[in-house]
Amino acid sequence: MKFLKPLLMAMLAAACLGAQAKYSGEDRGKPVMPSQVNTKWATECASCHMAFPPGLLPAASWKKLMAGLDKHFGSDASLPAADTQEITDYLVKYGSNRWTASTAPMRITESAWFKSKHDSGEINPAVWKRESVKSASNCQACHSGADKGDFNERNIRIPK
Amino acid sequence: MTHFKSIAACLAMLGCGAMALPASANTILEAYKAESKTVFSAVAGEKLYKTVGPNQLSCASCHTDSPKNVGKHAKTNKPIEPMAPSANPKRFTDTAQVEKWFKRNCNDALGRACTTQEKGDFVTYMLSVK
Repeated sequence: MKFLKPLLMAMLAAACLGAQAKYSGEDRGKPVMPSQVNTKWATECASCHMAFPPGLLPAASWKKLMAGLDKHFGSDASLPAADTQEITDYLVKYGSNRWTASTAPMRITESAWFKSKHDSGEINPAVWKRESVKSASNCQACHSGADKGDFNERNIRIPK
Repeated sequence: MTHFKSIAACLAMLGCGAMALPASANTILEAYKAESKTVFSAVAGEKLYKTVGPNQLSCASCHTDSPKNVGKHAKTNKPIEPMAPSANPKRFTDTAQVEKWFKRNCNDALGRACTTQEKGDFVTYMLSVK
């Protein structure tokens, strides 16, 4: 009986660690898209690419990304200060609620959950290079509902 | 009295001249004109449109050879609505939009900001594309 308590504690700790260790703590949020979307976020982000749902990255990533819009993956995507602030606030508020790691990648494709879900055993690396896909950041090539936060496996269609 | 009449007529003409800008007048272009106090050239604007900058990009890289066409984002493949107002009347009607994109795209395509002269030439070219 004396040993039972520490043993239980150890098991509980292990279970907690196990839960935390999912994708090394780099997990997307649930839901990935809030029910109320910000209009400015939708318009501005989607003027060059699909507006990525806030839950795909943690708040810290969005803060970094929004602070460097003038050098946004090789393009100047700068916005007036008020718009930058409004969009940052929205992304930070609805950033991933399941991200426990202290990491803050700039690219969604660099997160552990993304890599795990799209590993080469399941998706041939050549698929990403198809003209119809072009880049791993082009979610909608295979997830047609991605812009609405729908990444359901049943709705995936990989284009030729 | 005749003096009076002719002065009144002059004033009326001036008034009309100031108010009745040609129907095609573009307020964004007028603002650039007021700022630069120079003459703009569609030919110079077209040249700017086709200039390839230090990043091997030009306006035409995404907006195609003709600004009347639907373009395609060089990196993301996203379709881009035509830029010429003759094909897309929404273009060059919102100063904030125009300034936002000049800032971004002059930086990306030319590696620097555009001058008011260049913006004026560019808009003049866009308005001339029929």
